[in-house]
Amino acid sequence: MAEPRDVPKPGRRDFLRGVAALSVTGLAAAAARGLGGEELVWQLDPGKCVQCGRCATECVLDTSAVKCVHAYEMCGYCDLCFGYFRPKAGALTSAAENQTCPTGAIRRSFVEDPYYQYVIDEELCIGCGKCVKGCGTFGNGSLFLQVRHDRCLNCNQCAIATACAGQAFQRVPAERPYLLKGGSGQP
Amino acid sequence: MRAAGLPALIPLLVLLWASPAGGAERFPQPDFESGYRMPSTTVPGARAGYWQYVEVGGLLAALGLTAWLAIRRRSRRGVFAVMLGCLLWFGFWRGGCVCSVGAIQNVALAGFNSGYALPTLVLIFFLLPLIAALFFGRVFCAAVCPLGGLQDLVVLKPLRIPRWLEQALGLLAVLYLGLAVLLAATGAAFVICRYDPFVSIFRLSGGSFAVFLGAALLALGVFVARPYCRFLCPYGVLLGWASRLARWHVRITPDECVKCRLCEEACPFDAIRAPSAEGEPEPRARGVRRLALLLALVPVLIAAGWLLGALAAPALARVHPTVSLAEQVEREDAGLTGETSLESEAFRQTGESNHELKARAAAVRNRFALGGPLLGVFLGLVFGLKLIGLSVRRTREDYEPDRGACLSCGRCFSSCPRERMKRAEGRETETGAAAPAVRT
Repeated sequence: MAEPRDVPKPGRRDFLRGVAALSVTGLAAAAARGLGGEELVWQLDPGKCVQCGRCATECVLDTSAVKCVHAYEMCGYCDLCFGYFRPKAGALTSAAENQTCPTGAIRRSFVEDPYYQYVIDEELCIGCGKCVKGCGTFGNGSLFLQVRHDRCLNCNQCAIATACAGQAFQRVPAERPYLLKGGSGQP
Repeated sequence: MRAAGLPALIPLLVLLWASPAGGAERFPQPDFESGYRMPSTTVPGARAGYWQYVEVGGLLAALGLTAWLAIRRRSRRGVFAVMLGCLLWFGFWRGGCVCSVGAIQNVALAGFNSGYALPTLVLIFFLLPLIAALFFGRVFCAAVCPLGGLQDLVVLKPLRIPRWLEQALGLLAVLYLGLAVLLAATGAAFVICRYDPFVSIFRLSGGSFAVFLGAALLALGVFVARPYCRFLCPYGVLLGWASRLARWHVRITPDECVKCRLCEEACPFDAIRAPSAEGEPEPRARGVRRLALLLALVPVLIAAGWLLGALAAPALARVHPTVSLAEQVEREDAGLTGETSLESEAFRQTGESNHELKARAAAVRNRFALGGPLLGVFLGLVFGLKLIGLSVRRTREDYEPDRGACLSCGRCFSSCPRERMKRAEGRETETGAAAPAVRT
C-alpha cells in the first residue's frame, strides 16, 4: 500500500519489484512445500457416508454427479433386496409403490432361482442414497454412493462437501478417483 | 414386513448372524449354476491429464496477447475480443473452476496444512496473473478473468462514485481477502467459491441464492462498473499491489499528455488521476504534522485490529464444521436442544467419543485464536497505510492511470487527441495519401 503511485526514480521501483517477485516466489515455495503436482478430484468415502440425502440436492448440477454404484462381488443377489424394496413393500414386484428408489433407477432382473441381479440406471439415479441406506442396514452394503467423474465438474469447493453431514467428502488423486467397496478396480 | 416378504426373509435372517464380518457378508455370494457372468462396477475416469497443459497454455497465451494488445498495439477492440474469447473459454466452456481468484484459498490451505498437496495447475493459475501484473499491470483483469469479462459486458451507464466512497469500498476487498485466507488456511471453508456470484451463470445451473447474487451484481454493474472486481475481488487486491510495480503499464496517451482533460470521463472505473492542482502548495509543516499523526495512528489501528480479531475469533471458528458439530453435540448432551441434527447423528454413528471430538474442535479453535488476531493486524496495517497513501500529496504532471486501480482495459485510449492524431496519420500512410495538416 505504501508504494508510491507516481513514477518514482526507476531504481526504487526496480527494487520494489525485486522484493515483490521474491515474496511471490517465497509464497509459492511455502505453498508448494508438499507439492505433489497431482491433480485432485472430489470423492466421498462410503465408510463415512450416512445417506443424509444432500448429495441429491446440494450438487451444482441439476441432477447430481453423485450416483449409486453397485459392487456386484459383494451383492447377495437376494430375492428380497432391501435396497430395492421398501420395508413395507406389498409384493416383491417392480411396482413403484414397492420400490425404495424414487426414480425407479434400479433394474431388477431374474438370474436363476432364487437370485436376482440389480443394476443402477445412472441416467435416472439422483444420488439420494435411499437404496444405500436399505442395503447397508439390512443387506451386504453392496450399494453405495460415489461421485461419477464423467459427470462431476470438479468445482474447486464441492458444494456437496460443504453440506455433507458425515464429512465424507475428500480430495483424492485424479489417477485413483474412486473409493470403491469390495475391491473393484480403478480405471 | 408384510406376508409377501416374509417367506423370503426367513432363510436370509438365518444367514444374517452366521457371517463373521458384521454387515459386509450377511448374504454370501451365490454359486450360480446358470453360467451367469457378474458385471463389473464401471469407473468412468476424470478429465484427461493433458487438459492441464491446454489450460496453462491458454492462460499464458491470453495474458501475453492482452499485454501486447493493451500496451503495444493500444487496441481496445483487441482487448475486448480477447475478453470475449476468455469469457467463453474460461467461463462458459470450462465452467469456471479452477480460477486464479479461488486459487488463493488452495494456496493458503496448502501453506498451512501439510496434508494438502497443492496441485501444480492450481499453483500456476495463482502465480501467472500475479507475475504478469508485475510486468504489465492488471492485464488479467482486463481480458482474461471471466468474472471480469461478464461484468465488463454490462458496463452501460457507469456513474461516478465519490472518491472517498470508492476508496472506502475498496477496503471491503481487503477484508474479504483476509477472511478468505483465514478460513481457507484453517480448513474451515472456501468462501470465495461458496459466494462466487457468477459461476452459476457460467454453468447455467446453481442454487437460487447464487443466481440472485449474480443477477443483482450484474444489475448493479450497469451503473457501477465492475462492482465485484473493484469492491470485492480478493485477487484484485493482490493484482493491484503487483500492478503498482509494473515494468510496462498502459498509458493514456501514446506519447505526451497535453492535459486537455478529454480522458477524464473515459474511465468507468475512476482509475484516472488528474495532474496535481496548480497554486499555492500546502505549508510543509502542516503536511509533516499530518503524516506524523497518521504514522502514530498505524500502531493504534494494528492494536485495534488485534483486539477485534481476538474478539471475533470464536465466532469465526464456528464456520469450521468440526467446531459447529462439537457445539451441537454439546448442546444436545446438555439437553439444551431437543432436535438432533443430521451431522450429530452421523457423528454418533462413527463411534468417536465426545472427548475426541472436543479435542479436534479445540485444535481448530486454537488455530483461529492465532489467525483471528493476525487477520486483525493485517487489516489494521492495510487500513493505516491506505490512510497515509491518501493523505500524502503527490505531484503529478500528467493525466495518469492509478496503477493499482487501472484494469488496463484500454477504454481511455481513443479519448486522447494525441492517440487520434497518431491513428489518423497511420491511416494516411497506409492509403499513401499526402498528410494534410491534422487538427488537434
